[in-house]
Amino acid sequence: MEPIIEFKNFTFRYQSQKEPSLRDICLSIYPGEKVLIVGPSGSGKSTLAHCINGLVPFSFPGEVTGELAIAGENPKELGIFGMSKHVGTVLQDTDGQFVGLTVAEDIAFALENDRVSTEEMHRRVLEAAACVEVEGLLDHAPGELSGGQKQRVSMAGVMVDDVEVLLFDEPLANLDPLTGKRTMEQIDRIHREKNKTILIIEHRIEDALCIDVDRVILVNDGQILADTTPNELLAGSLLAENGIREPLYITALKHAGCKITEEQNPQHMETIELGEMKTSVQEWLKKTKQPELFHRADSILRVENLSFSYEKGKNVLADISFDIKAGEMISIVGKNGAGKSTLSGLICGFYTPDQGNIYWKNQDISALSIKERGEKIGFVLQSPNQMISKPMIYDEVALGLTVRGVPEAEIKERVDAILRICGLYPYRNWPVSALSFGQKKRVSIASILVLNPEVIILDEPTAGQDYRNYTEIMEFLRAMNQRLGVTIIMITHDMHLMLEYTDRALVVADGKLLADTEPASVLTNEELANQAYLKKTSLYDLAASCGILDPTEFVKRFIAFEREERRKQDV
Amino acid sequence: MSKILSYEKKDTWIHELSGVTKLLFFLLWCVVSMVSYDTRILVVMVVLSFIIFRMSKTRWQQVGTVFKFVLFFLIMNLLFVFLFSPYQGTEIYGTKTVLFHIAGHYDMTKEQLFYEGNMILKYMTVVPAVFMFLVTTNPSELAASLNKIGVHYNVGYALSIALRYIPDVQKDFAKIKNAQAARGIEMSNKAGLLQRIKNVSAILFPLIFTSMDRIDVVSNAMELRGFGKYRKRTWYSSRPLQRNDYLVIVFIVVFTIAAFVITFWDGSRFYNPFV
Repeated sequence: MEPIIEFKNFTFRYQSQKEPSLRDICLSIYPGEKVLIVGPSGSGKSTLAHCINGLVPFSFPGEVTGELAIAGENPKELGIFGMSKHVGTVLQDTDGQFVGLTVAEDIAFALENDRVSTEEMHRRVLEAAACVEVEGLLDHAPGELSGGQKQRVSMAGVMVDDVEVLLFDEPLANLDPLTGKRTMEQIDRIHREKNKTILIIEHRIEDALCIDVDRVILVNDGQILADTTPNELLAGSLLAENGIREPLYITALKHAGCKITEEQNPQHMETIELGEMKTSVQEWLKKTKQPELFHRADSILRVENLSFSYEKGKNVLADISFDIKAGEMISIVGKNGAGKSTLSGLICGFYTPDQGNIYWKNQDISALSIKERGEKIGFVLQSPNQMISKPMIYDEVALGLTVRGVPEAEIKERVDAILRICGLYPYRNWPVSALSFGQKKRVSIASILVLNPEVIILDEPTAGQDYRNYTEIMEFLRAMNQRLGVTIIMITHDMHLMLEYTDRALVVADGKLLADTEPASVLTNEELANQAYLKKTSLYDLAASCGILDPTEFVKRFIAFEREERRKQDV
Repeated sequence: MSKILSYEKKDTWIHELSGVTKLLFFLLWCVVSMVSYDTRILVVMVVLSFIIFRMSKTRWQQVGTVFKFVLFFLIMNLLFVFLFSPYQGTEIYGTKTVLFHIAGHYDMTKEQLFYEGNMILKYMTVVPAVFMFLVTTNPSELAASLNKIGVHYNVGYALSIALRYIPDVQKDFAKIKNAQAARGIEMSNKAGLLQRIKNVSAILFPLIFTSMDRIDVVSNAMELRGFGKYRKRTWYSSRPLQRNDYLVIVFIVVFTIAAFVITFWDGSRFYNPFV
C-alpha cells in the first residue's frame, strides 16, 4: 500500500529562526491509520502538523530540504488549497476557528469557498452535522454552544469536504476531562465509520490513549525519537525522559518498583495484565506514610448563601456557601460554564450578588469597591497577554503601586523584593516580549503579589500548557504559598493540578456547590466526577484492580509520595 | 444592550424577503429621501414607512432607545439650522412671509417652518427604513447580499467576521477591564479624566494583543478551509428571489423613477407652494 503521507529526510527551518525546527524526518503514514503524535511544547510536533496541512511553507515560510508527499503529490504543486482537499485540520482553539455566524454557516465554509451551489451545500451540511450529532444546532450562534459542541462543529466543517486525512491539533487543550473523553470517542467513531486516516497531536497521553491507536510517534528537539505501538512506548522510559507525563497508573506501578513490559498490554488501565504486580502495589502501599493532616487556620474568606443571576429567574449560582482558611491552596472545579468564573467575579466585586454575603476575616465586604478588594484578593487571568500592558518587566510589576500613588522609593523597594522572590530580578530591565510563556505568567502573578494580597485567585493557571510549563507554574505557586503565606484559589478543570497541588476542592455544577472535599475523594467518586465533568482517576481503578480496599486512601498516599519526591528533587 | 437593533426572527413577509431585495430597497429609498425635498413625495414615503414598519411587527423595545437618540439629534439639527441660517427657507422658496418677530434679526417665517418641516419628514422616512433593514435582515445574509449587488466577497466577509467576533472581543474587554480594576487601574469616574485616559492603555494593549492572537488563529483557520481560492464564492445563507422579491424590486425601481420625475418636473428638487 502506498503511504498517504510520506516524509523522506525532511528538514525545515522557519525563516525567522537560526536552527531547523524539524531535522531529518523520515515518516510514513498509511491510509486508514490512527496515529498519535506526542511531544512537549517546542518539540516540533506543531511544525510537523503544519507541514502536513500546508501552513508550512505557505503561511509560515522557511527553508525546506528533503521530500514530502501528500497522497503521492508534492505540496509545492498542490498549494495550501490543494492540500486542504486531502487534509482537514481541526485546530485547538475552539472559538477562534469558528468563523461562521451560525453552526450551519461554519460547516458550510469550505463548500462556499469551493463554489458549491446553495442547494447541494444545504444537503451536505446536514449530512456532516448528523455525523457528529450537531444537526439540532444548525441555526445556533457560537456563543450558545459549549466548548465540546464547538469542537464537533469544527470536525463537521472539515469532514464536509470529504478529505482523506483528519488532523487534530491538541483536541483536548480547551476541554474539561469528560468532554475530552467524549471527543476522543467521537474521533474513534469517525475513524471506524468513515475510514479516514486520523492524526492526533496531543501531549496529554493518558487522556488521548482512552481510545486505541495504531502507533504513537514521539517528537522532541525536531526529531522523531520513537515510532512504535503505545504498549512499547509505555513500557519504556522515553516519555518521562522527554517531559511527557506518563499515565498515572503507570507512574504508580513504577513507584511500586514494577517492571512493565509490552506484553502486559499497558496501553489502557482496563487492559493491563497486572499479575504479580498486584502484590508489589499492595506492598508499596504499606510502606508509604499517611499524608500529614492539614492544619486548619482561621477563616480568611467566607461565602454564605451566595446567589446570582445575569437574567432574572435564571440563577447562575444558587445558595453557595464555603469557608476558606488562611494559607490554603484550593481548587474550584466543574465543567465549563458551571459558574466558576462568576463565583470568582462575585468575590472580587465585579458583580453584585443577588443574595448572600462575602466575609473577609469575618468582616462583611459588600461595601468595598473592586479596587479595595483587589488589595486583599488578587485576581490573575488565564493568559498573561490579557494582563500585561507595559513593555518593560519592572514597569509592569510596578503598575499597581504607581496608580495607587505609592512614593517612588517604596515602589522600587517593593518591586525589587517581589522580583527576587519570583526569580525575575535578573530580568527586571528586560522587555516582556523576550520572556517565555512561563516567565510571562510569573510576571503577571508578580504584578498582583506586589500589592500584598493575602489571597490570590487564578483563572485556569495552566490551561494549554505542557507538563514542563505546568510544573514550572505550579511549583512557583506552591513556593509563593509557602514563602509568603498567600492563600491560593485556582479555577481549573485540570485534574492533575487539583490532585497534586490542592488540599481541597470545591465542586461546582449547574450553579450549585456539589462538594467541598479532598481532591482524591472527588476523583474516586464516579458520580461526583461525572457531574463536575471530570473523570475518575486511573489510580482508583488500579487500586481496585489490586484488591486494595480503600482506593481513596491509595490515591492520597500516591499524591503525598509524589509531593515528597518532588520536594527531594528541589533540595 | 446587545439586543437593541439586532436581528430577530419573525414570521412576516418582510422577514421572508431576500437580503438582496431589502438592501436594494433600503439604498434606493434613502437616495430618494436624501435627494427629494418634494413634500408630496416625502409625505407618501412617511406614510408607507410607518405602514411597513407596523407590518414587520418590530417591537418598540428593539428600536426605542435608538429612536429617542435620533429624535434628540433631529431636534438639535432643527435648532441649529434655525440659529445659523434663519432665512434658508426664504432663500430657497424666494418669498418671505414673516409670522412673528423673535429677537434681533431672527424672524419666524412660513418658508423656514416649511423647510424645516421637510427635514423632519426626511428623517421620518429614513429612520424606520434603517431600523427595519437591521432588525429584519439576518446578518448571515448580509454578506451574501452585498456580494450579489457587486461588492467583492472580501468586503462582505469582513463584515460577517466582524459581526461574528464582536461578542468575543466584548467578553475579553469586560474580563480585562475587571482584572485591571482589581489591580487598581480604575476606569470609573472615581479617577480623574487625565488618569482615566492614561489607564485606557492598561486595557487597550492587552485587548489588542489578545485580539491579534485571535486574528492569527482565524486567518489560519480560514485559509485551511480554502478561503480566497477562487474569485467568486457561493453562500450557504443566500436565498433565491421569490415572487414577493421581484414585486418589491419592481415597486422600488418604479417608485424611485416616479419620485425623481415628479421632484424634478419643475427643474428644482424643492416643492414650492409659495409661488
